[in-house]
Amino acid sequence: MNRTPRATVIRAPGTNCDAEMCRAFELAGASVRLVHIDRLIERPSTLEDADLIGFPGGFSYGDDIASGRILAARLRDRLYASLRKAAERGVPMIGACNGFQVLVQVGLLPGPASGEQWPQSAAPAQRCALTHNQTGRFIDRWVRVRIEASTVCVWTRGLHDGWSDQSMMLPIAHGEGRFVAESPDLLASLRQAGQVAIRYAEPVNGSDDDIAGICDLTGRIFGLMPHPERYLDWRLHPFWTRLDEAGRSGRREPPGLLMFRNAVAAAAEVAVS
Amino acid sequence: MRVAVRSCTATRVYLIEADLDRLQIERIATALLTDPITEEWNIDAGESVPGSSVVEVHPLPGVMDPVALSVRSSIVELLGLDHAVPIEVATGWRYDLRMAEPEHGRSIGAGVDDAAADLAARLLANPVIHRVVRGPFQPVTFPRVVPHEHSVVHISVRGLDDAGLNRLSRDGHLFLSLDEMRAIRDEYRRIGRDPTDVELETLAQTWSEHCVHKTLKSTVVYRDTEGQSGISKDVLKWRGRPGHTLNADGSVTIHNLLKSTVAAATHELISEGVDWTLSVFNDNSGVIAFDDQTAVCIKVETHNHPSAIEPYGGAATGAGGCIRDVIGTGLGARPIANTDVFCVAHPGQWEERTGWTRTERQRFAQGVDPWFCESDGPAALPPGTLHPRRVLTQVVAGVRDYGNRMGIPTISGAVSFDNRYIGNPLVFCGCIGVMPRNRVKGCVQRGDLIVALGGRTGRDGIHGATFSSAELEHTAADEFSHAVQIGNAITEKRVLDAILRARDDQPEPLYSGLTDCGAGGFSSAVGELGKSVGAVVHLERAPLKYPGLSYTEVWISEAQERMVLSVPSSNLCALERICAEEGVELAVLGEFRAPEGSTADNPDLQLLFKGIEVGRLSMRFLHDGIPTPHREALWSQKQSVESEPSPVRAAGNSSRSSHRGSAAAAAPSIREALPRLLGHPNIASKHWIVQQYDHEVRGASVIKPLVGPAGRGPGDASVICPVAGASRGLAVACGLQTPLGDPGIGGDPYAMTLAAIDECVRNLVCVGADPDRVAILDNFCWPSCKKPENLGSLVRAAEGCYDGAKAYRAPFVSGKDSLNNQLTLTHDDGTSTTIEIPPTLLITGIAIVPDVARCVTMDVKRPGSLLAVVSGSPRFAADDLYLWGTIYAQVFGCGGDCECPQTVVDLKSGPAAARAMHRLISGGLVRSAHDVSEGGLLVALAEMLIAGSTSDSPIGAVLDDDMGDSAVWFAEPASTYVLEIEDAAIVRQNVRTIVESTPGLHFRVIGRSNDSGMLTLGRSEWSVGSLTKSWREPLDW
Repeated sequence: MNRTPRATVIRAPGTNCDAEMCRAFELAGASVRLVHIDRLIERPSTLEDADLIGFPGGFSYGDDIASGRILAARLRDRLYASLRKAAERGVPMIGACNGFQVLVQVGLLPGPASGEQWPQSAAPAQRCALTHNQTGRFIDRWVRVRIEASTVCVWTRGLHDGWSDQSMMLPIAHGEGRFVAESPDLLASLRQAGQVAIRYAEPVNGSDDDIAGICDLTGRIFGLMPHPERYLDWRLHPFWTRLDEAGRSGRREPPGLLMFRNAVAAAAEVAVS
Repeated sequence: MRVAVRSCTATRVYLIEADLDRLQIERIATALLTDPITEEWNIDAGESVPGSSVVEVHPLPGVMDPVALSVRSSIVELLGLDHAVPIEVATGWRYDLRMAEPEHGRSIGAGVDDAAADLAARLLANPVIHRVVRGPFQPVTFPRVVPHEHSVVHISVRGLDDAGLNRLSRDGHLFLSLDEMRAIRDEYRRIGRDPTDVELETLAQTWSEHCVHKTLKSTVVYRDTEGQSGISKDVLKWRGRPGHTLNADGSVTIHNLLKSTVAAATHELISEGVDWTLSVFNDNSGVIAFDDQTAVCIKVETHNHPSAIEPYGGAATGAGGCIRDVIGTGLGARPIANTDVFCVAHPGQWEERTGWTRTERQRFAQGVDPWFCESDGPAALPPGTLHPRRVLTQVVAGVRDYGNRMGIPTISGAVSFDNRYIGNPLVFCGCIGVMPRNRVKGCVQRGDLIVALGGRTGRDGIHGATFSSAELEHTAADEFSHAVQIGNAITEKRVLDAILRARDDQPEPLYSGLTDCGAGGFSSAVGELGKSVGAVVHLERAPLKYPGLSYTEVWISEAQERMVLSVPSSNLCALERICAEEGVELAVLGEFRAPEGSTADNPDLQLLFKGIEVGRLSMRFLHDGIPTPHREALWSQKQSVESEPSPVRAAGNSSRSSHRGSAAAAAPSIREALPRLLGHPNIASKHWIVQQYDHEVRGASVIKPLVGPAGRGPGDASVICPVAGASRGLAVACGLQTPLGDPGIGGDPYAMTLAAIDECVRNLVCVGADPDRVAILDNFCWPSCKKPENLGSLVRAAEGCYDGAKAYRAPFVSGKDSLNNQLTLTHDDGTSTTIEIPPTLLITGIAIVPDVARCVTMDVKRPGSLLAVVSGSPRFAADDLYLWGTIYAQVFGCGGDCECPQTVVDLKSGPAAARAMHRLISGGLVRSAHDVSEGGLLVALAEMLIAGSTSDSPIGAVLDDDMGDSAVWFAEPASTYVLEIEDAAIVRQNVRTIVESTPGLHFRVIGRSNDSGMLTLGRSEWSVGSLTKSWREPLDW
């Protein structure tokens, strides 16, 4: 690609992690456009030139009824066709926290099974959910996570080893983050197909299989409850004041930023091919 | 009857009134209201769970129901309906409660439903905002408000005598003093007519204690009961203070208390060269320079009385209001952090029983003890009050939901427990914002439009300003339920998004000034903005939540999430476009200009309703007509000597001793004392609260509230980066030293104030902030200052603010007071009990961190380090420590060692210690730093180990056992810090040079860390694991 990949970050009333997601894309080398959902609904073609799409965290529409519900309902109804085309073009997408809750309810995750296509007219049925934490309470803390070696996820490429327990951490901040699949079969097929991208390495919210994030079969659409966009700098690590430089991130950039770099690189590959 | 709940099923109920067919309803249920994987749904009321009692809880008509509003608009979009289609939604909760049989096995039969309803009414609902319905709730139709015509009402005041004026003030909920009522009467006599209802209300709102701080601005005559000799012997030096006159009889006249103390310190510091304050005391928040381009602003508010009645809504709207203050500063700031401090009664010492028994009345006749003796058992809640556990749980939920939804990290706070906060909890909400330096000041231009943005106006929150200025009585919940508000954070978020675009999307902002609608609603906001140019307001133009509001209600409603902007008419179209895009409602209420009949240099405020003038007030009278009150303040030096010297309470001593009580039994061993202190609610871990707040949103929290490898350590201050990617940071912390000023133990609010400022500065310095760039705020919460003794203690606190700010060179940039915090209970027999809160002064501080890479946290980092104390307390150096006023004394008493100290903070060595600490930390000489506060030195050390030690890499410490007795370990000296330093060479070569070059500083190595996971002090030894347990369990709710 001989131009800078363009990221579109979608916001709605109550979205509140948009600034840091925009920053993540920018630091990773993309140019960023922040678009209000109402403008997209007015002009769905806006998504046609997006090389990457971000669904940030927050409390879209106050999370009234349930987390992400209203935004997801609007996306299913009004923008599915554009999102499907983007998915078919291989546009990397990320939903963090509220964004993940939205992607799951829209049906963009876990996406079509092997050998199947995205349904043409209506959005796919919802197959998994993010529901109330086992404790019944909103929780904000940094947790240890594990990137699955077997995952097909492009966002987490190369991140599964070379990290100390202390450096491979991400912050969570959610009340409804417990991952539930519609059936044990779905869970098994997600695992088998490498769609389980990231797991909690400690008890967090009671998720099936400790799942923190999943991707579609192409590995390009990625949703997770933790916030990688809050870990763009080693000084955001929860106890960086006690780690030497090697302990902080092994002299690499923090995993949060590297995820965005992976995606921007993958977007560039698509544009070339 | 006591019954237990065996199980409970909760169901969300959506009541939808619209002309829809079954298919449409099913579509709403499946596509919008439920999750196909985790939920089930029913149309109409489902069967009850067998053996259960069904109870439903619904908001009362008119109470804000944000979910209902969202559901309504989503249904319209989902079904493709016309926006004008009549459709109404309400939401509620249904509980299927399966009650256990009572212990003695008899069937409780129909009593079960009663018990369930009673339980729901007490625990799941608040009668102020909810109704509890037995069985499924299926109303035939929603209640409708019947609009009726309002005619202009005049209220006769010109003929009233004093008694009549007083009656009018009380019955009309005006809460104005006789002098103020007389001033109003005389003004209307002068202009030759009676006021309209809306004029009187406008004056009451604008002149409320809440809005004008009349006590703090009054002329105060302060007397020491000892007369001349008391003043001259006072540790507080009265001579030479600005705005103070020493009278021949030994009294002191203070002309405008606030101006002569808190504000005087700031203005003197500015004239002495503090050049980084940008706007102090005259905007909605205080503004300081952050760097060359950027400014930061801060405001801290209280929302005590609304939180006493409806803790969730009260705290949420407290947070929301403070956030709006920041948004409405200058030409608009972006909120970037919240703070919260709560003062509540001890949750374990009260129980829900109805009414006070005679024994309890006697027990509390002389007041309420800060901390009951456990053996007395819990007391019955005073009538009309909520249980402190419920208050705390709900205020936390309120602050959490508002801050989290707005996307503002809540990064700093504290909780303090004292039984005198029963019925009158304190809820402090703070907000910090960031703005470009060229947007710090706005200026309303003549001819600008008055534009209201945001939420609609309803009856919610009417009389909030006057209510907050009144004393609480146990009937308050009935009388003032209309003062309660429920917030809708997303509406405020939309308003914020719109305002920032209106500020930034073009070279210059689309508005010339803005302010929020807080206490007093439009009346205060328009009155303030139009103060010098006048205003013409058409009240029927305000968008309403429901029809039927009178013009007065529109004018004074404190409905949430509203801002008022002054907009040049040429910019209106552009602003309307932005608001439409952000989904924000906008209404042009009128114009900022002098209405006909008044002049530009003496403009009026004119209120019109459907073209008819319903009110007209001179801006000059409105803002300057309030008579300056004269107040008497009384202080007794003797009270600190005569009353029993300490909150003596021996462990295991069954006599109810507390602060007026008997001498202590044998003191506990140090070994026994430490875990008890760590479990004291004021000290115990508040992770249960902190982890419910999103303190990471914005991705800029570099030092978080909980620190250390397991996220357990109680950090001294939090640090955020206001400018993304910059290395400069902003530290946020607070200081609260209530016991030192507690009249119940002979405390002195002057000493308390100095200690609170010192503590706040220490907290900031401990993370790496520059002590020469600290800005502070005062929040006074006092019992009624109509009582001269209470005003006396307020005066002393205010003098402490002056001395402390000057000594630490930390200017006050903003503040707020709440001066009627007491609860009066009238008993059946006609007697009454007044519970006064202890005078409470919260000092909140922000400070610049020059380079966040140099930040330090309080968790012990490694085995083998030296642990040392740096102290600017002369008492520490002289080994002359006292236990008076400490948590130790509250728990164990302090025997004969209980002199109330004359001085607490040394105003030379205290600030010097802070500067020395900053040199050590910014020089990279310190691995960790922590201030010695509640619980004392040993608690501080234990906290550092709890924070730094994990089961994988345990850290312990051995302390010198020749330091002395309990007093050294459990005293709470001011200006004292604990440090972890790598090795003796650094101490010798660097640390001593810095410390010894500072006069008045004391330095001592007191121990060494190791990898044992044990804390050892002579023969006392504790495992860090067990200390962690003692510290984390009490409030692990």
